[in-house]
Amino acid sequence: MSIEIWTYILVGLSFAVYIGIAIWSRAASTKEFYVAGGGVSPFANGMATAADWMSAASFISMAGLISFMGYDGSVYLMGWTGGYVLLALLLAPYLRKFGKFTIPDFIGDRYYSQAARMLAVFAAIFISFTYVAGQMRGVGIVFSRFLNVDIEIGVIFGMIIVFFYAVLGGMKGITYTQVAQYVILIFAYLVPAIFISIMVTNNPIPQLGFGSQVNDGSGMYLLDKLDGLNTALGFAPYTSGTKKTIDVFFITAALMLGTAGLPHVIVRFFTVPKVKDARMSVFWALLFIAILYTTAPAVAAFARTNLIQTVSEKPYAEAPVWVKNWEKTGLIKFEDKNKDGNMQYVKDKAANELTIDRDIMVLANPEIAKLPNWVVGLIAAGALAAALSTAAGLLLTVSTSISHDLLKKNLKRDLSEKGELLAARVAAGGAVLVAGYFGINPPGFVAEVVAFAFGLAASSIFPAIVMGIFDKRMNKEGAIAGMVTGLTFTTAYIVYFKFVNPDFNTVDHWWFGISPEGIGTGGAIINAVLSFAVSRVTPKPPAEVEAMVDDIRVPRKA
Amino acid sequence: MSNDKQTNLYWKKNILYLAVLLGVWFIVSYGFSIVFANSLNSVKIGGFKLGFWFAQQGSIYVYLVLIAVYVFLMNRLDKEFDVEEK
Repeated sequence: MSIEIWTYILVGLSFAVYIGIAIWSRAASTKEFYVAGGGVSPFANGMATAADWMSAASFISMAGLISFMGYDGSVYLMGWTGGYVLLALLLAPYLRKFGKFTIPDFIGDRYYSQAARMLAVFAAIFISFTYVAGQMRGVGIVFSRFLNVDIEIGVIFGMIIVFFYAVLGGMKGITYTQVAQYVILIFAYLVPAIFISIMVTNNPIPQLGFGSQVNDGSGMYLLDKLDGLNTALGFAPYTSGTKKTIDVFFITAALMLGTAGLPHVIVRFFTVPKVKDARMSVFWALLFIAILYTTAPAVAAFARTNLIQTVSEKPYAEAPVWVKNWEKTGLIKFEDKNKDGNMQYVKDKAANELTIDRDIMVLANPEIAKLPNWVVGLIAAGALAAALSTAAGLLLTVSTSISHDLLKKNLKRDLSEKGELLAARVAAGGAVLVAGYFGINPPGFVAEVVAFAFGLAASSIFPAIVMGIFDKRMNKEGAIAGMVTGLTFTTAYIVYFKFVNPDFNTVDHWWFGISPEGIGTGGAIINAVLSFAVSRVTPKPPAEVEAMVDDIRVPRKA
Repeated sequence: MSNDKQTNLYWKKNILYLAVLLGVWFIVSYGFSIVFANSLNSVKIGGFKLGFWFAQQGSIYVYLVLIAVYVFLMNRLDKEFDVEEK
């Protein structure tokens, strides 16, 4: 059977499963819609969190990014997993004990202030929309590449599916769909990774193959060989970086703090029954994430080795079929600058003849490893699962922020349970439409603003929650001053280097050599220091707030 | 002992666990994998340079172990102070 038929079958089957789950798990109350009734098992919640978290970018782009960045790519691996340690130790159990529905709920109640609540609503909506536009675009691209339909039609297809289970099922529908999506995406990621590991090193476990000898008889270790290939072409050695240490430090920290502060991830820990379950589900979540995140750098190294050996200095006329196939999609471009008929792939831009899109490292893997057609279909279904699961989680955060935090808790407090549920559904539907619009007409700055999402979460939500739990003396004046300053500082730095003066976006002009990607860490530090200082010179929080802090610190009163 | 004292002690122990676990988290992420990565790279385990291995594999395994230890310690502490949810 052809690749296209396999893709239709596998994608069709996976969509049928999602719709089936949507119908089976319709939400009947706001509690079911917001937090799946609070009765999800830690194991299922861990899986759902993993799918929620791993987006189109993790599935399609991350291995490619690492492949081209080598050691420098570690910032993503550590940043996007290390945040879970913070979530487990500093946030999840306490927020579970707090026992309401959203981040703005916590910030509004803890800081006894509507202004603080609205700041959190704004941050949650902004962060989620930033993120979701990329997911819908990802859905469209997968459709167009594997099924030969227009990106627009692909996006609309994705919208219909998400609409179905997010609007009908709310958190309940999303949770059980995400469990299914995790299974599909991890299977789709591992199958080609295992085959390519065997192909390069004879070791079926990619995490070990990564540190094994290549099986070409030379007895060289893969990474040594790759260092050699890289340097011969003028690139930095694969295992050492080119970024400044302070920048690597700050980017990693910003991604960790941002991960722990992302509303759609935090809210998942409201869905389990007990504090103990919240702790355990972070463990399951990271375990399921780690399966992909420890495989990705191995795939990156295999793919780069393969790529260089296949194309470098080889005659273009004899290039393997996959090179020609992906050339048609524009992801590989070849221009024979010196007219020798060979492909020169080197660091020097003037002499380089081959432009390779990073996404190819995962997407072309099955073809490079000469795997059967069904594996290609599987990759498409896996990439769609990754994009849709993340999109749904984000859209739910937007709809909850509007129906619960903005309407019920602020503008229209006499809203009935039924009215709130209807508002949540309408908001979810509206959010799907907006996300779809951005998917079809992507603003040019989508890639630029991803750093934004993490920077804002790191410099506002994360410090405000942690200080709310661990510093009983923290009051509304301190928290608001900290959030506003952290947000303003981070926004100003990113906007300046990304939009106002992009020519200056180089290491010579950055403060202390910190790139806009890493500035969220600076924002978080400023937030924490200022909050602390302001809170000590302004009145103590009211007694009932102090009692609430005491209450969330223990699972149950002795 | 009064309830308040008990709760205080529970919280102090919790903070102690956090300090130790986050200390390890910090040293592995920012020490082994970033600041000292170059020096650790002179040690090789199989085909991996150690600093590089920590940055792309080891740190993630350490995170998992840290969370597992935390879950174990806190469950034990909850039982000890009789504050686990029924």
